[in-house]
Parts: sequence; C-alpha cells; structure tokens
Amino acid sequence: MSTPATTGNDRSGLSGPPAGAIRTITLAATDDFDGWRSAARALAIADIAPDRVEWRVDGDVGDLFGETVEPPPVTARSRALTAPRHFIDLARQAACHRDPERFALLYTALWRIQRNPGFASDRADPLMQRIEGLAKAVRRDIHKMRAFVRFREIEDDDGTQRFVAWFEPEHHIVRANARFFVERFANMRWSILTPDLSIHWDGETLSETAGAIRGDAPGGDPIEDVWKSYYASIFNPARVKIGAMMKEMPRKYWKNMPETALIPALVAGAQAREAEMIAEAQQSAAAPGSNRSGAWQALRREAQGCTRCPLHRCASQTVFGEGPVDAALMFVGEQPGDQEDLAGRPFVGPAGQLFDRALIDAGIDRGATYVTNAVKHFKFVARGKRRIHQSPAVGEIDACRWWLDQERALVLPRVTVALGATAARAIFGKAMAIGKSRSRPFALSERAEAWVTVHPSYLLRLPDAEKHDAYRAFVDDLRAAAQRVS
Amino acid sequence: MARLDVQQKLEILADAAKYDASCASSGSTKRTSKGGKGIGSVTGSGICHAYAPDGRCISLLKILLTNSCVFDCHYCINRKSSNVRRARFTVEEVVALTLDFYKRNYIEGLFLSSGIIRSSNYTMEQLVEVARQLREVHDYRGYIHLKTIPDADPELVHQAGLYADRVSINVELPTVGGLARLAPEKSAARIDGAMARMKSDIIDTKDARKKYRHAPRFAPGGQSTQMIVGADSANDGDIILRARGLYDDHALKRVYYSAFSPIPDASSVLPLKRPPLMREHRLYQSDWLMRFYGFAAHEIVGATDTATGMLPLDIDPKLAWALQHRAQFPIDINRASKSMLLRVPGLGVRAVQGIVSARRWRMLRLDDVARLTVSVAKIRPFIVTPDWRPTLLADRADLRVLLAPKSEQLELFAG
Repeated sequence: MSTPATTGNDRSGLSGPPAGAIRTITLAATDDFDGWRSAARALAIADIAPDRVEWRVDGDVGDLFGETVEPPPVTARSRALTAPRHFIDLARQAACHRDPERFALLYTALWRIQRNPGFASDRADPLMQRIEGLAKAVRRDIHKMRAFVRFREIEDDDGTQRFVAWFEPEHHIVRANARFFVERFANMRWSILTPDLSIHWDGETLSETAGAIRGDAPGGDPIEDVWKSYYASIFNPARVKIGAMMKEMPRKYWKNMPETALIPALVAGAQAREAEMIAEAQQSAAAPGSNRSGAWQALRREAQGCTRCPLHRCASQTVFGEGPVDAALMFVGEQPGDQEDLAGRPFVGPAGQLFDRALIDAGIDRGATYVTNAVKHFKFVARGKRRIHQSPAVGEIDACRWWLDQERALVLPRVTVALGATAARAIFGKAMAIGKSRSRPFALSERAEAWVTVHPSYLLRLPDAEKHDAYRAFVDDLRAAAQRVS
Repeated sequence: MARLDVQQKLEILADAAKYDASCASSGSTKRTSKGGKGIGSVTGSGICHAYAPDGRCISLLKILLTNSCVFDCHYCINRKSSNVRRARFTVEEVVALTLDFYKRNYIEGLFLSSGIIRSSNYTMEQLVEVARQLREVHDYRGYIHLKTIPDADPELVHQAGLYADRVSINVELPTVGGLARLAPEKSAARIDGAMARMKSDIIDTKDARKKYRHAPRFAPGGQSTQMIVGADSANDGDIILRARGLYDDHALKRVYYSAFSPIPDASSVLPLKRPPLMREHRLYQSDWLMRFYGFAAHEIVGATDTATGMLPLDIDPKLAWALQHRAQFPIDINRASKSMLLRVPGLGVRAVQGIVSARRWRMLRLDDVARLTVSVAKIRPFIVTPDWRPTLLADRADLRVLLAPKSEQLELFAG
C-alpha cells in the first residue's frame, strides 16, 4: 500500500504552511488507509485541527487552486499518539466507503480521541455513529461480494483453465477482499473484474490491473444451467417470503447473478403449485385404498397422551370422536361430560340420550355419522362426590382445535353440524350467535358446509313449557342438515 | 425409465432435500486452501451465496444421495409409499457437482443427506465415501455437513465426523407420540442414543486435541437437529422445553424449527395446510432468547398462553415476557446490569454492547439510546434516562396494543 508523498519520520525541513492555513493531504488511492493513517498520525501529533485539513485522493477532481501539502514531520520530541485498536479496525473498514468525507470524519474522530480517550468507545455519539454506519456498509459490501461473485470458466490461450468474474461493488472494497478469494481458491487461476479495479491470481501471486467493463468478462458457463436447476428445485413454493429474500439479496445485485432470472416465474407459480398440492392431497385422501382408518387410529392414539391444555390433569381420559372415517355428516359437540369421561365415548350421558332420540326423529342413522367434541377432556369442579360440568374457556377451545382440525381434515365431511356455541367457535374460529346463525348453511369450502344449532343439553335445562317447541326446532335443524348429504 | 442425466437427478434430489431447514456453514474451524492442492476455505462466519424466494439462504449444495427410502414417514416427501420420481446420484457425481459449484462461488459447502436404501450401514457408507473423496482425493477444504443415520454402525458414524464439519440427526417431531404416529419405523430412543454418542465423540476428540496436537478433528462445527412444527400436537411450550432439553443433554449447536409445509403426493395421515410460518418465526425468536439473551426456558414458557401453551403471534416473545413482568421495568439505562438490559424489548445484543461501552464514559440520554437502536419508540416504556421517565406509559393498561406492530406481518397470502 502506498503512502502519501512524505511520511512521518521525514525531517527534510518541510514544515508546511503556517498554523491556521488549510492543509490538503492527497492520498494515493481511494482505499489508501495506510496513507491516511500515517498522515493523520503526523497531523494529530502536530495538533492540527480537523477543520484545517482537507483530504483528497490522487486523481480526484478537486479544488484546482488548492495546493497539495505534506503532513508536518514527526520529530523525536513529538508526544506519543494513541488510538485504541478497535478504532483502527473500524477506521480501516470505514476508509473503504465511497463517501468523500470519510477521511475527514476519521481524522476528526482521531483528533477527539486525543482529547477524550473514551470517545472511541462512544457509539452513541453522532460522529462515531456515522463512522460505524460507514464501516457497517463496507462490511456488508465485502460480505456481499464474497457471496455474489459468480465465476465463469474460460480457457486461456495456453489451454489452461481460468475463472473470471464481473462484479460491481458499491464501495472501494476489492483490494480489501482479495485475501478471501486467494485463500478460498488458492489453487485456481482466477480474475475478478470490477469497474474501478481488477485483481488476478495465477496460483502464486496476486496482481492488479485497471478497471474493466462487463464485456471483458465471459458471457456464460455451461454449469450455470445446472446451478439454475438447483436454485429452482431448492425453493419451497409453500413458503414464499419475498421480503426476506429482497432484504438480503437486493435487486442491485441481480444483474450479475444468473439464477436471479428465474425469480419472477418462481414467485408467480408458487401459489398455484401449493394449491395444487393441497387439492391433490385431499383427492388422494378421499380415494379408495388410502389408509384413512389407519391414520385415524394413530391420531386417536396420539390424542390419548394430549397435554396441550391443563384439562388433561383432572379428566379421566381423552374422549376422541367416533364413527366412520368417510362419514359425510359430522356432529361436533361441546366437551365430554361426567359419563362420557368415564366411558371414553362422546354423547353417552343424558344429553347424548336426548341427541340419539332427536337423530331418530330426524331420520338419521348415528352409526353412519362421525360424532366428536370441540374439547376432548372433561372440565369440572368437584362438589362433594359430584363433578359439576364447567364450560370450556376460549383458550381451551383453541388448544383443542388442533385435534378437531385433524379429524375434520381426515374425515372431510360434506356437512359439519356445530352443536352449541363452543362447537361453533371451534369450527369458525370466532364467537357465533346461535339464534341468528341456526337453520342455514355456511360454506366452508367448495365442497363442505357447516350448520349451527343448539346443544342438546340446552334443551334439558329449559323449562318444561318451552321444551317441546325447542326440541322440534332442534330436530328440524338436524333433518335439514342431513338432507344436504342425502 | 429413461436414464436421468445429472441435471435431472439434481432437480429431483434437491427438491427432496429442501425440507431440511439447516443451511448453516458457520462455527467450524478456520482453514484455507493455501499450501494444499485443492480449493475451499472456512472463515468462521457463514456466507449465504444466494437467497431463494422463500427467503431461505443458499450457502450449501443441499441434496440427497438418493430419495429412495425403505422408511414410510408420513411427513416426508421421500417415504416409501410416495409416488415421487426416484433418482440416485453416484458418489462421483456428487463430488464433481460440489467442486463445480464451489469453483464458481455458487456455494461454500455440501450438505449431504440420503434416503435409506438397502440398509442403514450401506447408506451411511456411501455418505462417508463422498466426504472421503472430497477430502482425500481432491484436498477439498470447504464445509461439509453430513446427515447421519441413527441406526448405522457407530464406527461409520464416527468416520462421518472425521470428514465433516457438522453432523446432524433430526429428532423430527417434538413429541414421542407424534413420532410414533408419523414415523412409525423411527424410534425416539434410538435417535436420542445416537445424539448422545455423537456428543461424547465430540467431547473425546476435543480432549484428545488438547493433549496431542495432531489428534484428528471430529465435527468441529458440532451437531444440530431439526423439529417439524405443526405436524403433531405439541404446543409452543412443549417445543421450547424439548429444545432446551436437546441443547442441555446433547450439547447441540443448533435446533432448527421447520414449519410443516405441503409436499407433493402427501400422505393421508397428515392433512395439508399452509405452513405456520409466523409460529416458526416466534419459535426461532424464543430460541435466540435462550441462546443469546440469558432467558431460561421456563421464563419463555411463562410467556405462552396459559390455556393453549402457545406464544402470541402478534408480538415477539421478549415483549410478551416484559409485558408479563411490568414490575421489573422501567430500568435505568445508565445503571442496569447488562443481563437486565438484554431483557428490554427492542434492545438487541449489539445495542446493549454499545450502551455498556459508552456509559463507562458518560451519562446516556434518550437521544443516545435512539442512535444505538432501530426504534426507540418500542423501548421507551421500559427504560429511564436522565431526560426520560415513562411515568404514564409504564402504567397504561393498553401498552400491548400500543406496542404490537400495526401492520399485519402474518402470511403473504393468508387463508
């Protein structure tokens, strides 16, 4: 790395302009950190204020009237100058930034560190924050270059293979990044061409040439098609997250990465591919020969050990649904009661007996339907020897919904009847007013619908005078729902 | 069936591998190709060479040796009963593909897994042979991650660790019941046993290297595992505790969480739904809280809903925890311990480092904190500075509403 015209220990008598005049320091290159470092060191030792120094890079179109001046000499009597290691590392990174003020900012920081050593650690200070920002942008650019350089193979005139890449960095990072590529591809011959600077490795030495243009790099590589196949295949269309991709791989890099040409088509087709998978799965699940009953048995077994909510602690057992796994009609109740909890079967207690009677009156064969509950464990409070039923809380319904969803996805009923508010909540995911929602279908999908009606236990609690009419209405609801599948 | 060329095989065998979330290439020993004959280096921090539209990083060539499998795991696209097209790479094809991709800087390593063909030992031998050829024939010094097979001969698994930077075995499902239902041929006990053996191998070789400089390295990048989220009945609390157990028992470097996502030709045992991506995201956040923020598993479980055991989806788990522990806030930015600063919602590890180093020299004001973080609005209710005191904010009952993100960040096309 080159250094400015005159450096620290020169005592040739150049004393520079009188204090107070503006000194212009010209650095050898856009990323000439070492040049900045020795000049800044001399300036700081001579106690030259930051606003008395102008920083230029050789070849810049600068102030034509300004005069390039060497930094003041460092003499044996000069006081020591210190800057913490982490500041030097930070400055080395920030010096590669494209911001024309970078060298001046760094000198200002160095100047302030001399007056207050803690300043270097003060990331909350606006100046340090700005330098941190520059360094961060440079680190990111360095990282992205390592990631997004794409080599293409060519054959040199002497028949040997060489890998050439075209890359457009944002900052002056090519030299700083050379070592990474040397260490990774030490036994390969390669070149990285960029607009400002090109670097070449012949297996032994690194050399530099001037900037290049895209046309200087090869236009393709046969392996690129294989790579693109990989890129397209490793993408999962069911989890599109375009924002996450754009954040890490902004569009400005795309033009030099062959695989990015595929992105628009991959994104456009993703939703259709996912929908197709789900539709296919539902068809094959309904097809004869698919092992739905085996799957249901396994699900029921797994549910016996459910601990998704605290209700499992007091209840005797999980009361899972029952009935044919290809039933067209599914009934969903609230939760098992005292007798169901002991028997391990849904709808066997007093409400169950009323439900059975209503099914008969509605002309429905319970054995052809799938009967289950929104919540699969009995919730109660103990009063002496009696266990008094408690309505499940919303959280318990939501916790148990996982099982109901699995049952519904396996059985795929054309009509699902929600018995009561708990079941309606479990099916629709929100509270439903029974009175307003009953006696009419709600479409769940193209081929499935839901009905809402009261829970049979509600009928048990009514005064005798109202029981008769309410029972009639209940049976009517059941009949109307069943007619949709007959 | 017509013979497939390498590109066609790659399409099938990359497609078959994409449900493994891990693509990490970090945390192994640093090395370069200088002084060698081949290519490859490991830098310590991983490089993502590309991103797919699913937002996932591509740093490794992630493929299966074959997608034929004698197992019939219901969540898996490669299970025996699936009708997907089958293919099989030769060892030499994988080696050539890895080197070709690496030389062009498309990838920085290989992640090789396989369906089980013939026997667990035969399959494991083939995986090890790929790694051996890369290392010994081609002097390849890039990253290698090998998936090991729990039932394979421990000696073969040991060899895998000698060539690979990282080895992994997937626990697949957070609950034993889920594994029994969805992967009937796999055994939670055998998976656990294999992970325990791996851990002791890693520890033994580390000890040996302390005594003998030339003792062989063994999986210097450690071991990792993956759990599928949303395929069994486990709630977030179960998953967090399971992950903590895995970190503690087997000294895992990483636990990956993979939202169960629809696969082609799915099994009827496992109904398809949209993958729970936000839930997966919250689990990763809770994982970070345990690994980098000093949270105990039970503290995060405490932030789950008491009835459902699920983390809130609308706010992150750290904020959820803080809202439950309002009495511990606000804290004084200039005096609070580092561990307490890490518990402030909105303060990341780097911001905390900045605060701790800057406050040694001067008092920090609210503006200073703002400069160190992305959004001070989220932090303000929880902190005190000489010029800021959240007197009214801290007692507001609707703090959660104020702090929850306004825009729906859920799924891209919900429904």
